[in-house]
Amino acid sequence: MNKKVLIADDEQNIVISLEFLMKREGYEVLLANDGDEAIQRIRADQPDLVLLDVMMPKKSGFEVCQEVKADPALAAVRILMLTAKGRDTEVAKGLALGADAYMTKPFSTRELVDKVRSLLEQ
Amino acid sequence: MLPGWLIIGASFAYLLLLFAVAYFGDRRADEGRSIIANPWVFSLSLAVYCTAWTYFGSVGRAASGGTWFLPTYLGPTLGLALAWLVVLKMIRIARSHRITSIADFVASRYGKSHLLGGLVTVIAVVGIVPYIALQLKAISSGYALLIGEHDSLFRVESQAGWWQDGTLYIALTLAAFTVLFGTRHLDTTERHEGMVAAIAFESVVKLAAFLAVGIYVTYWLYDGFGDLYARAMAAPELANVLAFDGVGRLGYGGWFAHVLLAMLSIIFLPRQFQIAVVENVNEQHLRRATWAFPAYLLLINIFVIPIAIGGLLHFGRGTVDPDTFVLTLPMAHDNAALALFVFIGGLSAATGMVIVEAIALSTMVCNDLVMPMLLHSRRLNLAGERDLTGLLLGIRRGAIVGLLLLGYLYFRLAGEAYALVSIGLISFAAVAQFAPAVIGGMYWRGGTREGALAGLLSGFVVWGYTLMLPSFAKSGWLDPGFLEQGLFGLAWLKPEQLFGLAGWDNITHALFWSLLANIGAYVLVSLARVPTGAEATQGALFVDVFRRGESPPASFWRSGAEVRDLVPVVARFLGQRRTEDAFGAYARTHGLRDVSELKADPELVHFAESLLAGAIGSASARVMVSTVVQEEPLGLGEVMDILDEASQVRAYSHKLEEKSRALEAATAELRAANEQLKELDRLKDDFMSSVTHELRTPLTSIRAFSEMMAEDPDIDVEDRQRFLGIIVSETVRLTRLVNQVLDMAKIESGHAEWHNTDIDMRELVQHSVDATMQLFRDRGAEVAVHMPASVPLLRADHDRLLQVMLNLLSNAAKFVPTGAGRVEVTLSCDDARVRVDVRDNGPGIPPEQQPVVFQKFRQGGDERSRPQGTGLGLPISRQIVEHFGGRLWLESVPGEGATFSFELPLASAAAVQ
Repeated sequence: MNKKVLIADDEQNIVISLEFLMKREGYEVLLANDGDEAIQRIRADQPDLVLLDVMMPKKSGFEVCQEVKADPALAAVRILMLTAKGRDTEVAKGLALGADAYMTKPFSTRELVDKVRSLLEQ
Repeated sequence: MLPGWLIIGASFAYLLLLFAVAYFGDRRADEGRSIIANPWVFSLSLAVYCTAWTYFGSVGRAASGGTWFLPTYLGPTLGLALAWLVVLKMIRIARSHRITSIADFVASRYGKSHLLGGLVTVIAVVGIVPYIALQLKAISSGYALLIGEHDSLFRVESQAGWWQDGTLYIALTLAAFTVLFGTRHLDTTERHEGMVAAIAFESVVKLAAFLAVGIYVTYWLYDGFGDLYARAMAAPELANVLAFDGVGRLGYGGWFAHVLLAMLSIIFLPRQFQIAVVENVNEQHLRRATWAFPAYLLLINIFVIPIAIGGLLHFGRGTVDPDTFVLTLPMAHDNAALALFVFIGGLSAATGMVIVEAIALSTMVCNDLVMPMLLHSRRLNLAGERDLTGLLLGIRRGAIVGLLLLGYLYFRLAGEAYALVSIGLISFAAVAQFAPAVIGGMYWRGGTREGALAGLLSGFVVWGYTLMLPSFAKSGWLDPGFLEQGLFGLAWLKPEQLFGLAGWDNITHALFWSLLANIGAYVLVSLARVPTGAEATQGALFVDVFRRGESPPASFWRSGAEVRDLVPVVARFLGQRRTEDAFGAYARTHGLRDVSELKADPELVHFAESLLAGAIGSASARVMVSTVVQEEPLGLGEVMDILDEASQVRAYSHKLEEKSRALEAATAELRAANEQLKELDRLKDDFMSSVTHELRTPLTSIRAFSEMMAEDPDIDVEDRQRFLGIIVSETVRLTRLVNQVLDMAKIESGHAEWHNTDIDMRELVQHSVDATMQLFRDRGAEVAVHMPASVPLLRADHDRLLQVMLNLLSNAAKFVPTGAGRVEVTLSCDDARVRVDVRDNGPGIPPEQQPVVFQKFRQGGDERSRPQGTGLGLPISRQIVEHFGGRLWLESVPGEGATFSFELPLASAAAVQ
């Protein structure tokens, strides 16, 4: 059974590129355009991995991450945070909140795919 | 009973011994091996305080009032122990100003006033001459007792004619002694080492004699203190001698007043000032004296009560005058040798006082009474004379002889009168009047000449009315009626119960009223005006003498003088040789070879003035120096500037305060600036972070699609086409972002270029609507334009305003609902401004978001469907509108669309025809 990957980002072009990448790797892709939607999809579909943008409307990626990690029912959901703000504090904050990995935009597609693969194989 | 020749012989032998001591002292001083440079000699010479009044009178007062004789000795004891700093300050001041008498002290302090010096001298002479008379009387009575001119109760029976009176000859001898050792030469310091040595010697003699008679009475006639006191206890009529009676009769107020009086007199009696201040050779001696002199007083008082008891036991009360017990007790027991020794002791007590008092008073009379009169009356003549040292010495010698003869005359006239026998404390009360002016002058800068004059005069008048006149009345020289009924029959003017103040003894009463009047007048009159330059100068010099050190003060002689003029003026009063010596020494201390190299700078003028001040008093010295040196009168402010360290310190601290206030203000400003900078820094960080984010976002897409296409050649053409389209649009977005960031930075930093032309807003609005028509058409929106027929021309940058319009219109196009969009553009104007409204029927902007949309990188609207934008369009538009003095704002109700409006002022506008 294919792994489910949720892409949560408000930038349509990035969503398109990520969707293409993930599908090419053979994952089942779910989409969310803001924080609220992301949470809903996570609870509803229990994805194996979330590619989570930090700067999203309604709920930031940090809030979503925190919520997911606080919910035992969602313990299996892995989170890879993506941010366009490359500051160290953001990275530290994301990891502190329980994100499994963190990548800054713009990212190398190869690295992203490798990271996703390794996260899903754990 | 002793033969007269023996007594006179012994007396003169004693006086000869005094001469010898004084001569020895002077010779050693000339050789530079002073015998008085010794704290013991200084302490002993202070004991000139103990006069014949002490010597004979203490026993008398103990016999009548028990311990009531004590305040006179407790005062000086406390005075030296507590107020030695005051005395030290006086010594320091006197030395640095060459002050040679208390009159000069007061005159110098209050601007070198002749009038003040004269007044102090008059008070001193009036108060002290009767006291001299009392000393002569003591010698006279003692002599009469010894040679047997008395009845069985030792009352002196007859008085010989004055030409046969040994007292006259003793007075004349004392005058000769004083002239010899007190006016040997004119010294600028007015120190008399021989005289001081003789006084110290006399203090030893009188102490030894009094102790001798005390031991004789206590241990020879009786069996020690215990025996005497036991007998006194047994005799009811003697009980008061042992009782602490003074408290019961006069109260603590009386004790306080009498102690205070004695405390003041140890400093302000002219003879005490002379010994303690003028004759002091070393300030350190004062330290020893603070306990040695009280110890002396203790010794000389130990046997007072035993002698009083012994006398009363032997003679009984109401028979022999207790004042004579020290003499009559040995005589009654036929101990002639001891009686003679006691007489010599009394003689030493009397002569010591007379000699020092005469020197002190003669200096005052000469410098503060006669010299000023001479300077005033025939000043030109005086200034012309070559050498005036002889004249000065003559005046002083005359004053000494005159004072002693006056004393003798008063003694002959007053006889047994109350005015003479009670003069001791009355005299003290007179000199106590100097206290406010002197002490005030040493510790308060505000004192003025008029204040000191008023204080001294009021105190002196009250003293005269409450003490001197009553003592005359009690002597029978005045109608005693005014004592009983008051002056003019006014009860409140009763001299000893002034304003109805009763219940105190006459001394306490007089001291209270006179000092009250004195201090009151001194302070009030002083406060009436600001001190003049001269007063402030001297005030600062006196008050700050410790801070200033020994260095001569900065001078107030501003104009130059000639040394060849200056030296003769000094020489006229000091003598040629002494003057040359003094100036020579001055030259050497300044590293010059001799007088000829001296420059008449202000310091030298000051030196000359102080030399003269030592000889003729500070006030006269100023007058004399001013005959050859032109003095520019300095204003108070200038004097303060030059001299008054305190005012400098005040000014300095004032400056410091100002500086610290300025610093505080600067700190506050800096803190505010720092806060602002921090805020700016935070904004910059946010800005950078935002810009970074805005740059990374399109880059992310570009990179992702580029990599995917590069790595995967198998992507079908449709996707490839779509991806390339995204890459292109993201590149456009990046470019726009970079341009807008630069644009924003330029406008904000003021580096933007503005190409102003006359703009017709109608044309501009229409142009912008035309340019964006395709956008609206794509979204199926309608645009309606409302414009008046004409608007005035506007002076502004056409392209910039077009940029604003395009931004507003494209924003509207982004947010209107697809297919049902409606945008209204309205141009309007009045006399002052042009206004443009762009109204859409989009979702509107909630109130909390309304201010946010004008911030950089903060886009409004529904993000999911949010069209692409940099978040800089509105901030830039607002900057542009504000650059032209207008404003850009937003009105919106959520759900009912939004209206962005801006208006621009019509400065230098002209209506389009």
